[in-house]
Amino acid sequence: MEELYNWGRKNSLWPLQFGLACCAIEMIAASMARFDMARFGAEVFRPSPRQADLMIVSGTITKKMAPQVVRLFNQMPEPKYVIAMGSCAISGGPFRDGYNVLQGIDLYLPVDIYIPGCPPRPEALLEGLMHLQQKIARQRLTGPERPRHLDEKAPGEFPVPDFGPHDLVGPRLNKDA
Amino acid sequence: MQTLEQIKDRILAAFPGAPLEIIPNGSPASQPSLLLAPGQAREIAKFLRDDQELRFDYASNATGVDWPEKTVREKVKTKRIVDGVENETEELVERKTPAFLEAVYHLYSMALGHGPLVIRLRTANRTDNVALPSLTPIWRSCEFQEREIFDLFGIVFQGHPDLRRILMWDNFIDHPMRKDYVPADAAEVQL
Repeated sequence: MEELYNWGRKNSLWPLQFGLACCAIEMIAASMARFDMARFGAEVFRPSPRQADLMIVSGTITKKMAPQVVRLFNQMPEPKYVIAMGSCAISGGPFRDGYNVLQGIDLYLPVDIYIPGCPPRPEALLEGLMHLQQKIARQRLTGPERPRHLDEKAPGEFPVPDFGPHDLVGPRLNKDA
Repeated sequence: MQTLEQIKDRILAAFPGAPLEIIPNGSPASQPSLLLAPGQAREIAKFLRDDQELRFDYASNATGVDWPEKTVREKVKTKRIVDGVENETEELVERKTPAFLEAVYHLYSMALGHGPLVIRLRTANRTDNVALPSLTPIWRSCEFQEREIFDLFGIVFQGHPDLRRILMWDNFIDHPMRKDYVPADAAEVQL
């Protein structure tokens, strides 16, 4: 039963259709015929967060954009996963010390897969997707290792940051990130 | 295209006694620019746009520069008479440059095909007296760029039709492109 449940989820990962910067171009390339993300069941980019399972954070997250990204993730139904694509989404990348760049989306979202690169090749995105599929296939549905949506105590919503006078304010997911 | 001196003389002919200054540029580009006084800047800008010989009808770029106060050391030669003998000595003199914010406009003429003419406007200081006349009524293309200068440098453009922040959020209070700006999270996360 567990195997069937995981198999179904891992082979129909529907990403949310949005892009933040140049990594999104590689993501689009990965979904087209040459690299063909449809081979992994992840070609159905959904324009609505209500129909998406996977958020590919593809590009630089500006501080002005971060609340909207978190809000979109909150609107996605569980089970849901996050891929941080490219060095900007992981840590801020070359713009890390900039005044309007978030130092990694993992400050606010639970990232499952990090794909380094600037930007990562479509093959790298497919590799990350395969790793995410393996991660889903390994998930246990009961016990302490169970996924977030089957855990009553796990957070259902992630705090959306607010605009402060100097910086984004509000609780962060991982203060030591 | 006329040289900057000719343009300056032409402005002076229309505005007698206007305080104009040619700022030299020591870099390889050696593109000098014209410093206008904020008080008369909009009239002079209108003249630059409408004058038949100049017709600078297009402002391609407006940007800001932050000049904080700094100490400059210069060697100055002075003559002194010591024991009846005149000696020339070099002295190291320290002086402080004034602190101000600057708006720089690059003007072209589409009609006559010349340019660029670089004009500069300077605020009185960097803290409380940071207003300049907006040139958006003269050149519409300055609208967003003056908003960006307002956002990032904090120059208040008087007469701008819609002076709001354009890149940062509205209740942000700093000006990130100023030299003394430190990002809020700079010390927080260290690699």
